[in-house]
Amino acid sequence: MKKSRNIRYLFTEGVHGMFRHGFMSFAAIAVTVACLVIIGTFGMILYNLGLMVKQLDEQNRILVFVDESYGTAEARSVGSSINMNPNVKQAVFVSRSEALANFEQQQGVEAFEGVDANNLRDRFVVTLVDNAKMEQTLTELSAVQGVADISSHPEIADGIVMIQKVLNVVSVAIIIVLLVVSLFIISNTIKLAMYDRRDEIAIMKMVGATDSFIRFPYVIEGFLIGLISGVLAFFIEWGLYDLIARAIGNLNGNFGLFIVVPFTEVLIVVAITFGLTGLLIGVLGSVFSIRKFLDV
Amino acid sequence: MIDFENVTKIYEAGNHALEGITMHIDDGEFVFLVGPSGSGKSTIIKLLTAELSPTSGSISVNGYQLEKIKRRKIPYMRRTLGVIFQDFRLIENKTVFENVAFAMRVVGASTKEIKKRVPYVLDLVGLENRGRRFPNELSGGEQQRVAIARALVNNPAMIIADEPTGNLDPQRSYETMLLLERINALGTTLLVVTHEKELVNRFTKRVVAIDEGRVISDGMDGYYSYEKE
Repeated sequence: MKKSRNIRYLFTEGVHGMFRHGFMSFAAIAVTVACLVIIGTFGMILYNLGLMVKQLDEQNRILVFVDESYGTAEARSVGSSINMNPNVKQAVFVSRSEALANFEQQQGVEAFEGVDANNLRDRFVVTLVDNAKMEQTLTELSAVQGVADISSHPEIADGIVMIQKVLNVVSVAIIIVLLVVSLFIISNTIKLAMYDRRDEIAIMKMVGATDSFIRFPYVIEGFLIGLISGVLAFFIEWGLYDLIARAIGNLNGNFGLFIVVPFTEVLIVVAITFGLTGLLIGVLGSVFSIRKFLDV
Repeated sequence: MIDFENVTKIYEAGNHALEGITMHIDDGEFVFLVGPSGSGKSTIIKLLTAELSPTSGSISVNGYQLEKIKRRKIPYMRRTLGVIFQDFRLIENKTVFENVAFAMRVVGASTKEIKKRVPYVLDLVGLENRGRRFPNELSGGEQQRVAIARALVNNPAMIIADEPTGNLDPQRSYETMLLLERINALGTTLLVVTHEKELVNRFTKRVVAIDEGRVISDGMDGYYSYEKE
């Protein structure tokens, strides 16, 4: 009974505290929102770049040509040996006539006038599980019986793998730096708010308040500040993202150079991330900042 | 009850604030603790409220042994004390009622109990009509009476007043001391730290004088007996 009475009082105190110290609350919210939006924007840029790289990676296929002397049915059977390789994700059979039809469709019928499908070879379009192991896989596939030749672009695969590695390192580094910077700024902002209230805390200690009794309203305050910051940052990020996406859309024209995922596709993930990060920053910021002032 | 047994306090910087103080204050007593600046009065208050711990010796306050008290027990020890400061230490953005009620909230009192007890205590200190005012709307004497009401509201066994009249004119100082005397008459032990000679001598109370960290006199002869030393 005593406990629930206290919790109600402490919760109300926390809510009142946020309004009572309006300017500091506003400052803490503004800093948290700014940090979340910066981290979020970086995250989204990296996410989109990652998707683009992934798409490029998926387009980087290799062609495995079957020996000319093999008939179509025989050539198709080579696929089972190709598929046995653990790094082969998919091997799609394309017959000579299908290959010619594809060429005609891409380049125009006139360009292939008089070309006989029998001059081409049956082939498999192979997608790999891991392009980083392309070289080794190519050696293994060349050894498969019935494989005459392989056409591949290992330099593209290498490039993509390199871009991915750089992106991963850069994104982790940037997000860590931004998180550390924002935690530092936020904890200092909250510390400043606490400093403003050090007398109040000292009085509470003097009349016999326990540490948890003193801490609770501040944690509630931090929780609310974090929650409000998360929600605000989410909507700002949404608006900003749409703005950037539209600008990139205009820049792309008809070429479709850059792919931008619509915000609605990542809405839930961003909302949860912002909400949780805001709450975590708010609550942890309060808990860590108040520790120093409890030592009375 | 306060029991100081051969208490020494040496600060980290090396200065000796208290040198083997032994002092006993019984339940229901009214004691003035006097001495010049830097004599060790503030250190005694900080030891009594467990803001500091002694370098050696033992201190007993209302049944708590402070030289070995656990950190989590300190709030409960402090609830047996009411502390009054020279600068009142009221929360500016809370009303008089809220400032007093706040001390009851801390110990988990219900709204019903608070609504019953706070007006009674405000009436006792003569502030029955000031409940809705904020501290900065009151005179110094009134603010000190709010602080006294806050110290009193949880019915502590003892009140420690640290220079309670330091910011008040002589008339308000005398009235404040009369109020403390009345509270003492109701059974609360009073320890008043002061250096106001005239004020101390207007009351016939026990005076403990300290200088350079030592008790130099302890008796009922007033402040002047310490000056004669």
